[in-house]
Amino acid sequence: MVLMVEGISKDYREFHLRDVTFSVEKGEHFIILGPSGAGKTVLLEVIAGIIEPDSGRIFLNGEDITDLPPEKRGLAYIPQNYALFPNMSVFDNIAFGLKVRKVPKAEIGRKVRELSEVLGISHLLKRKPKTLSGGEMQRVAIARALAVEPELLLLDEPFANLDVQTRGRLINEMKRWRKELGFTALHVTHSFEEAVSLGDRVGVMLNGRLVQVGPVREVFSRPASEEVAKFLGFENIVEGLAEGRILRANGLVIELPIEASGRIRVGIRPEDIVLSDEPLKSSMRNTFQAEVQADVEELGELGPRTRKAKGRWSGAFSIRYPLFGAGAGA
Amino acid sequence: MRRDYTLYLFAALGTFLIAYIAVPIAVIFLKQASDVEMLVKTLHDPYVIEAIRNSLLTATATALIALLFGVPLGYVLARKDFPGKSAVQALVDVPIVIPHSVVGIMLLVTFSNSILDSYKGIVAAMLFVSAPFTINAARDGFLAVDEKLEAVARTLGASRWRAFLSISLPMAFPSIASGAIMTWARAISEVGAILIVAYYPKTAQVLILEYFNNYGLRASRPIAVIMVSLSLGIFVILRWLVGRKNA
Repeated sequence: MVLMVEGISKDYREFHLRDVTFSVEKGEHFIILGPSGAGKTVLLEVIAGIIEPDSGRIFLNGEDITDLPPEKRGLAYIPQNYALFPNMSVFDNIAFGLKVRKVPKAEIGRKVRELSEVLGISHLLKRKPKTLSGGEMQRVAIARALAVEPELLLLDEPFANLDVQTRGRLINEMKRWRKELGFTALHVTHSFEEAVSLGDRVGVMLNGRLVQVGPVREVFSRPASEEVAKFLGFENIVEGLAEGRILRANGLVIELPIEASGRIRVGIRPEDIVLSDEPLKSSMRNTFQAEVQADVEELGELGPRTRKAKGRWSGAFSIRYPLFGAGAGA
Repeated sequence: MRRDYTLYLFAALGTFLIAYIAVPIAVIFLKQASDVEMLVKTLHDPYVIEAIRNSLLTATATALIALLFGVPLGYVLARKDFPGKSAVQALVDVPIVIPHSVVGIMLLVTFSNSILDSYKGIVAAMLFVSAPFTINAARDGFLAVDEKLEAVARTLGASRWRAFLSISLPMAFPSIASGAIMTWARAISEVGAILIVAYYPKTAQVLILEYFNNYGLRASRPIAVIMVSLSLGIFVILRWLVGRKNA
């Protein structure tokens, strides 16, 4: 593995990293997913060597780098605002790491041109960073980081400052760059979209703890705990006794998508709940007659109507993902 | 059109101060224009030339020394939190609130003969009262440089020194330069402390006072005019150079 982080803890301003442990494999795109304030940036800066951890060790290719200064680590860090050097042209930005390493001029030129071609920024080399668009800045930042051929690319919310269309396009392009340039990335974000479309594996970070690590599909379909489930959007958690594909909870009988037994909890995303006046004739298997209370929050477009009509409704909801395996829970 | 009377009133009030600064400068030039003979005579006075040279040299030396020590200090104040930092910050501003005669007394009591009546003494007095401008400007300049820029430069392989030289220093340069110009200007306008510490070698500021006491207004005015022209001229040119580089 390229990077191994072992038991990192750090109190830094309002952030508290607690015993963070994970590793990143060569060629992998590892995503750390968490809400803002979870301490993701602090974790990246600890790995980059900008912030010193209170405890824990960091290994790069098996070598302990915890006590090395950032310039001796061989990691390239791209902060959320990209931090392009405003006093240098795009060319000099990309060439910076190579100049520091005293690479011969001709080779610097060749390398910069090669990278900027792949990233589609060849026409920008003479410009100053402040004249670039957000998407262009991101490409320059990536070129500058990749120029030094880092063992690992540390990306802090790389798409957060882009408008929706640019974001979508650049996420797709990043997949291509990774194929063509073959880098390993540790990428922190709060966006499920980025996690799902770019991540090989994902670690969910909540309140400074890395609470679940696994392949993206697995984490999203089998959250390991109630707090992960809530963060991933399963806002309704129902607890009950399962037997085969049947869950009995509070007098309701819910059909499960998989077999389970014992006391379990299931999570239901609000967007999976369909409200209708009449029972729906569709593939939805779990349909209930229910009363919508006036103080129910966040019913989307139905909200104002339901608030007035405290009447009888039938709601139908389908359960898309089971949460826990059998036996988990209280 | 809607009239913004509040703004007009404020502009009128502000104009008072502008006029108050501009008028005496204009008047001294106008008055001198009617006495060109004395001006020419003064320009040929070797004492005057010598004194002006002393003033320019000591003020420039002061600005350079302030840069040498003030820029590193400004960087530390901008980048590092340490116990007693606010005390250091406050101390930097102290020279601005101490009467300059008191500064002279303090310096003389502390360094006595080693600065008395020497170029060292002039520079010592000037540095004490004018260094805060460079320190504060450097600190503000470095504070305005995003720390992430240095962090990124370092992950790319640059040492802290290299990151400072290639990123922070060039970016903070306009602020540091205008601080140094303020230091220079404050230094060349210093009299009080110099009078006490180093009456000799004579600086133009002290000479003006001496001529005024010995020969009256008519004799001291031409030196004043020459000093104002030089100081203002250099001040304006330097500010223009920095502003142009900044744009």
